Amino acid sequence: MTAVSAPREMAGPKQGWFARHHIGVHTALIVLMVIWAIPTIGLFINSFRPATDAFGSGWWSALFPPYNFNFENYAHVLGQSGIGTSFLNSLFISIPATVIPLFVAAFAAYAFSWMEFPGRNILFVVVVGLLVVPLQATLIPVLSMFASWGIAGTFLAVWLAHTAYGLPFAIYLLRNFMGSLPREVFESAAIDGASAVTSFFRLALPMSVPAIAALAIFQFLFVWNDLLVALIYISLVNPDNLPLPVVIANLVSSQGAGIEFLGAAAFLSMALPLIVFFSLQRFFVRGIVGGSVKG
Amino acid sequence: MTDKLITAAIVVVGVPAVLIGYIWLTEQVIRILPEKQKPRVRPWLWMAPALAFLALFLVYPMFGTFLRSFQNHPGTEFVGLDNFFWFFGSADALSALKNNVLWLIFLTLFVVGFGLLVAVLVDKVRYESFAKSVIFVPLAISMVAAGVIWLYMYQYRPPGAVQTGTLNAAIDIFGLGPVPWLQVQTFSVNTFMLIIVMAWMWTGFAMVIISAALKGINPELMEAARVDGATEWQVFRGIVFPLLVPTLVVVSTTMIITALKAFDVVFTMTSGNLNTNVIANQMYAEMFKFGQYGRASAIAVVLLLAIIPIMFFNIGRFRAQEAVR
Repeated sequence: MTAVSAPREMAGPKQGWFARHHIGVHTALIVLMVIWAIPTIGLFINSFRPATDAFGSGWWSALFPPYNFNFENYAHVLGQSGIGTSFLNSLFISIPATVIPLFVAAFAAYAFSWMEFPGRNILFVVVVGLLVVPLQATLIPVLSMFASWGIAGTFLAVWLAHTAYGLPFAIYLLRNFMGSLPREVFESAAIDGASAVTSFFRLALPMSVPAIAALAIFQFLFVWNDLLVALIYISLVNPDNLPLPVVIANLVSSQGAGIEFLGAAAFLSMALPLIVFFSLQRFFVRGIVGGSVKG
Repeated sequence: MTDKLITAAIVVVGVPAVLIGYIWLTEQVIRILPEKQKPRVRPWLWMAPALAFLALFLVYPMFGTFLRSFQNHPGTEFVGLDNFFWFFGSADALSALKNNVLWLIFLTLFVVGFGLLVAVLVDKVRYESFAKSVIFVPLAISMVAAGVIWLYMYQYRPPGAVQTGTLNAAIDIFGLGPVPWLQVQTFSVNTFMLIIVMAWMWTGFAMVIISAALKGINPELMEAARVDGATEWQVFRGIVFPLLVPTLVVVSTTMIITALKAFDVVFTMTSGNLNTNVIANQMYAEMFKFGQYGRASAIAVVLLLAIIPIMFFNIGRFRAQEAVR
C-alpha cells in the first residue's frame, strides 16, 4: 500500500512529475507481475531443456547462448509414460462432470426462479448452506456407497460425485441469474401457450448463456484440476482410469524414474486450462464475481 | 480401444441425451395429470435430479460421517467420543490442526492483502487487463501443477553446488543460503512456503472480486473528496476502504474455507512430512494408510464444525440480500 500512496500523498494539490506519471504505481505493479510470472516461466523454459542441462544449471542460464532446446521431454511424456492415457481419462472425466451438473442445476434453478411451490425458500437456503460443505465430510460414506453399487474406480463414480459437489454453486449462480430475467418474457410465453419445457429451452437457457458459460468454465477447471476426488474414488480401485493430476502427483512422490519429465507433464496438464482461460477469461471472471458478490 | 470409443460416445452423446430426455419425459408424465395437479407436481419433477444428487452425495454422507466418527475402525461398534479424544491427544493431529490455523490466518491475510493491493494498483494503469491476467493465471491451473512449479522454485542443492532453484539462486547473489525451504521446521518455515504457493494461486481470485467492487464505487464520491483537498491516501482510507469492507469479508470467508480444506499442495509438495501436515491430509492418511475410518471421520467432523459458523454467516448474508431484492 505504501508504494502506491506514499508518492501521491506527498504530492498534494500540486503534483510533481513523479506522482503525475504514477511512477510508484507502475514500479510496484510491474514488480508484482514479474514475481507472479517467474515461477511458471522458469518451469516452462526448463520443460524444453535436456535433463542434463536442467539438473546442471538454473532455467535462466538457458536464456543465453548456446541455446539448447528440444521437445524430447514432451515426446517422451506423451509417448511412453502413462501421461497420454491419463490426458484422455481427464477428458472422459471432465466433460460429463461438467455437462451433467449444468443441466441438473439449470432444471432446478428454473424451478426455483419461475415455479411456485411450498418450501421453495427453505430449500434454497439449504442449497446456500451446502455451498461450503467440505467434501472431506462425505468421502467415506460415498466411497462405501460406490463400493456397494460396484462402481468404485469407474468414470461413472466420479461423474456422480463431481456433479453433486458442483451442484450447490451451480444452482446458486444460475438461480440468481435466471431469477433476474424479466418476468414479462415468461408470462407472455405462457399466455401464448408455451409449455414449461418450451420456455426453458427457448427462453431461459438462451438468455442465461453468460451465466452458463461462466459455470461451465468453472466446473470444467475444477474437475480437470481435481486431485482429491479422483484419488479417493478411482486411484485405490482402478489405476487404469487415473486423471492427470493424480498421475503427476504420483510422479512427484516416486522421486525416481521419470522425475526429469515432471515439468513437461505439468505443462501438458496446464495446456487445456490455459487455453480455456485465455479464450474465455471474460466469462470466467464474471462467474467468480457473480458467485460471491450479487449483481 | 473399443472400450475407449464406447466411453467417448457415452460422454459426448449419451449423457446429454439422457438429461434432455428426462425433462421431456417429465412433461409427458405431467400431461396425463389432471389440470389442478400440474403446477403442484411440475416443480418437484424439475428439481428431483438435483435434490437426489444433493441428498445422496452431500446430506446423507454428512450424517454418515458424523455417525462413523463415534464408531471403531471396522465400524462394528460405538466407542463414544474415543475418536475425538484420540484427535485431541495425538501429537500428529494437533500439529496438523496447528498448521491449519497458520494456513487460515496467513493465507487469508496474504490473499486479501495482495488482492487488495493489486486491485487498487491496476485501477490506475492502462494495461489493467494484461496485469490482471498475469496475476490471475495461476488460478486456472491445478494445485498439483502449481506444486510442481514451486518445487522448482524451492529446489535446494548443497552449499557450493550450482543452485538451480530460483529462490536459492536469488539469495545466493547476496551471499546467503542455500536454504532447504521445504525442510526447515523452525518457525514452521516449510509450512509458510506451502502457504505461499496457495497464496500465489488465489491472489488473482481476491483481486478480481475486489476490483469489481472497486469499479462499483461511485467516482463522484472520490472526486468530491479530492476537490476538498483530500490526498489519495485519505481518499482510500476514508472512502474506498470502508466501502470495500463487505467485499473483503466475503473474500476472507472463501479463503478461510480454502485454508481449512487445504490438501493438494501439501500432498504434492511434502506429503505432510516434517510437520507440514494439515487436517485434510491427516484424514487421508488415517483412511488409506492406517485404515482408521472412525478416526478419519472424526477429523472430517472437526473440519465440518469449523466451517459451520461460515455456513450460517453465508445464509444470513443471503437472507439480507434477498430482503433487498
